[in-house]
Amino acid sequence: MNEILKILLVLIGAPILGCLIAGLDRKITSRLQHRVGPPLLQPYYDVSKLLQKDNIVVNKYQNVYVVIYVIFVILSLLMLVFEADMLMIIFVYTIASVALIVGGMSTGSPYARIGSSREIMAILSYEPILVLYAVAIYMLTGTFKLSALDKTSTPLLMYIPLIFIAMLVVMNIKFKKSPFDYSTSHHAHQELVKGMFTEYSGPGMAGIEIGHFYEYVFLLSLMFVFWKVNIIMGLILAVISFLFVIIMDNITARVYWQWMVKTSWTVLLVISIVNIMYLYIFNIKIM
Amino acid sequence: MSLAKSPWIIHVNCNSCNGCDIEVVACLTPLYDAERFGVLNIGTPKQADIMVVTGSVNYKNVNVLKNIYNQIPDPKVVLAVGACASTGGIFHDCYNVIGGVDQVIPVDAYVPGCCPKPEAILDGVVAALSILENKKKGNIKGKEVPLKGNEVPSNA
Ligand code: SF4
Repeated sequence: MNEILKILLVLIGAPILGCLIAGLDRKITSRLQHRVGPPLLQPYYDVSKLLQKDNIVVNKYQNVYVVIYVIFVILSLLMLVFEADMLMIIFVYTIASVALIVGGMSTGSPYARIGSSREIMAILSYEPILVLYAVAIYMLTGTFKLSALDKTSTPLLMYIPLIFIAMLVVMNIKFKKSPFDYSTSHHAHQELVKGMFTEYSGPGMAGIEIGHFYEYVFLLSLMFVFWKVNIIMGLILAVISFLFVIIMDNITARVYWQWMVKTSWTVLLVISIVNIMYLYIFNIKIM
Repeated sequence: MSLAKSPWIIHVNCNSCNGCDIEVVACLTPLYDAERFGVLNIGTPKQADIMVVTGSVNYKNVNVLKNIYNQIPDPKVVLAVGACASTGGIFHDCYNVIGGVDQVIPVDAYVPGCCPKPEAILDGVVAALSILENKKKGNIKGKEVPLKGNEVPSNA
């Protein structure tokens, strides 16, 4: 009974929360630019408008990939809520990202293709850090299961602060925000037309937006896990990382994708490995 | 209801002198902030609702204009911004100019002026919104414009 309630809460609550997060993002961004900005519920208006539009597709499988993306994002969020295997969550989540890439590639538009190949580069640069995050959890608890983290009152952040810093940058990449917003961009920054999503219209695009709502909640829950033992502190961590992403979005300009791969494979990867080495050498464990 | 709350525009520069384009872009700046009406300047026609055209049509770009028009999903409205887009403006008797945008594709609203003020353009967008709503209610579809038919005349 409790499980079904949780599932329903995720299925219905997460998109509402994600919609508010997206609206807050646009509101804060416009306030930072000294504008009035759209109403808080603007993402909802956008989605319901897109649902009313005609559907123009290039091939019939294009929207199938959108469905796969939404299903797998929901699945990874559910697995996170049920404290499943961290490594498995990352793999399931990767399938969601790959579905969008394949969908973009399948349309054949040159803009979508360049956007998709840049998204592959993004996956290449953030995936190792996500995996190291899971490895750190394994080294601390002896299992990939997230439920093992409840055994102690010391938050995860105290053991792996460097991975937390690396994850903040990963958030920036995954939210597709400046300086890493080159595969596609939300706010019509218009490089490469619309990148990966150039050929989506109407309901297809609405599906992608709804998937993004789930994805926002999923990504912020990944940050929540760092202080899972105390819900209030966990929420504060999630809010801090959300504000960090928005502020970075507004104070930085877009960089080359080469720059992103270089940074993540040198700085981010090295600090994550240093953190893991520290855990290994001093044999730190959560018992 | 919500159709009018999130109009995404695509800006097509046909043959403009760039005067109108700068005014269109000025609408998106913090001073006028078109985003408070939910307006986004979207890059791809497949996600656009309002097509904002500046400049007159000539034989070189007529097919580009028709192509973009055909790619916008219904319901859609076309907004002609500036004297050139409305009638041909000061270029109306140029050897290569066909005329206003309405010679080629159906136009729903015109914003006069050379160049129109950003306030006027925003007014035009807001006027286009009710047309958009009516098109949705009446289920009025934009007809596909054939790409053939505006070739360079042989006596030109
Ligand atoms: S209407 Fe005036 S400002 Fe606009 S494109 Fe024509 S000549 Fe230029």
